[in-house]
Amino acid sequence: MQQRLLSLKHVGKTFSADIEALRDMSLTVAEGDFLSLLGPSGCGKSTALRLIAGLSEPTTGQIAWHGEQTDHSIGFVFQEPTLMPWATVEKNVWLPFRLNGDSFSSVRDTIQESLELVGLEGFASSYPRELSGGMKMRVSIARALATNPRIILMDEPFAALDEITRFRLNNDLLKLKAKLGCTIIFVTHSVFESVFLSSRIAVMAARPGRVIRELEIDAPYPRGERFRTSADYAAHCRTTSEALQESMNGHD
Amino acid sequence: MQSEASADSQSAAVDGGAYILDDEERRRMMRRRVERISKWCLPAIVLLLTVWYWDRIVQWNEIPHYILPSPGRVVSTLFADWRMLLDALVITLQITFLALAVAVLGGAGLAILFTQSRFIQMSLFPYAVILQVTPIVAIAPLIFIYVDSKIVGLLICAWIVAFFPILSNTTLGLNSTDHNLRDLFRIYGASRWQQLLHLQIPTALPYFLGGLRIAGGLALIGAVVAEYVAGTGGIGSGLAFTILEAGYRLNIPRMFAALLLIAGTGVLIFTVLSLLSHVLLHKWHESAVKRDS
Repeated sequence: MQQRLLSLKHVGKTFSADIEALRDMSLTVAEGDFLSLLGPSGCGKSTALRLIAGLSEPTTGQIAWHGEQTDHSIGFVFQEPTLMPWATVEKNVWLPFRLNGDSFSSVRDTIQESLELVGLEGFASSYPRELSGGMKMRVSIARALATNPRIILMDEPFAALDEITRFRLNNDLLKLKAKLGCTIIFVTHSVFESVFLSSRIAVMAARPGRVIRELEIDAPYPRGERFRTSADYAAHCRTTSEALQESMNGHD
Repeated sequence: MQSEASADSQSAAVDGGAYILDDEERRRMMRRRVERISKWCLPAIVLLLTVWYWDRIVQWNEIPHYILPSPGRVVSTLFADWRMLLDALVITLQITFLALAVAVLGGAGLAILFTQSRFIQMSLFPYAVILQVTPIVAIAPLIFIYVDSKIVGLLICAWIVAFFPILSNTTLGLNSTDHNLRDLFRIYGASRWQQLLHLQIPTALPYFLGGLRIAGGLALIGAVVAEYVAGTGGIGSGLAFTILEAGYRLNIPRMFAALLLIAGTGVLIFTVLSLLSHVLLHKWHESAVKRDS
């Protein structure tokens, strides 16, 4: 039986001026889950992620972690690579350790390992501006992985990339997950991406932001290019699409 | 440089290493070379022509040197009065660099203080602006009444002029951090001090250096203007006073020589600060990165 990692209990978030970004969201995340939050813009999926990351406080309800949480328990990948332009790739990956007081030499091997995981071992001393968009995103992922966090939160990480790069990063992300067994919450507005990657999808609706449906994607891992063209995949995409359609009913 | 190298390697692939360039590429390379040479040659030619024409005008019209000296006479005065001019130059340089150093400490320090507390910023920023917009010539006479030491007075004047660009640029830079990076620092539990050291200060560096380049020129201006206001100095006077005094004596060549030194100093300060900026930023910042094609 999988270990529970995180529970959201009736979590709501209202911003000033009475904007209800999130209403009554309840979710349980178990270790090893790949949970996608899927929905149109304004459905509160990014808000939910920020609440889980502790970047803001829920207005109602609570977020409970099972087990001990430290500064290194969460890895976060933003839509932009969010690298420090003045630091080399390895120094960027060093950041979480550095903020924890670890010297560079003491974690050099760990940094090197996580760069190898994302296939950037040859670029350790490059500056971000020398890398392509996909490579920058890989650095960002390496930084999130390096501390071996309990959970990795990803906020539309591949939305700004071209489709070919996105497919490759999707495949690589699944390989990484299989290898490391990490838990991931992934925010996206792409049905295909969420079906390909996730073990579970929470479909969300806007105004107010809320979860309207939870779907299991029971196709076995590892999933490769084969899965992308399978009937199983198409069927899941249809179900998910319909759920998303339902979430947008009453809106355009 | 980079783009040339890549263009070369592409064309070198053809025909066993011999360079084959199409007409368009050849024209482009030609144009680039001409531009590179012109950048240095054209200003030099303008300078030579101006100096030559200046010399001719003096000769043709037989203008006496106490009205307009010939360029040759200015240069010979520069050498003849070298000891005295050098002493004055050293004083002006001392004031300028001291003022710049205090402006850097004061400006950057105050900027850091501002970002640590919005309330301090709200309280003090308007007065920094007032200090900046009030012409230094209007403040200087008062300063020289209350400050006994002339050097300290000059220093205060030059500092008032120089510190504002550093303050405002650095404040802007410290507040320009990427909001996602700020979130990331929070997720990793960074302290205020770590956020300042590892995020805000590196972000502000290009802004600060931009302000520094302006402040360098302003510190010199401040030092010179303040000395005009301070007037009689006797021993320990800088280049501005040299110009004033030479003016009273109708020693026009010396005025030109001193002016030449001031202008040269300004150019030197700008060059050094630009170089510093390049050294610190060229590896990562867009402003210092050469674009290909």
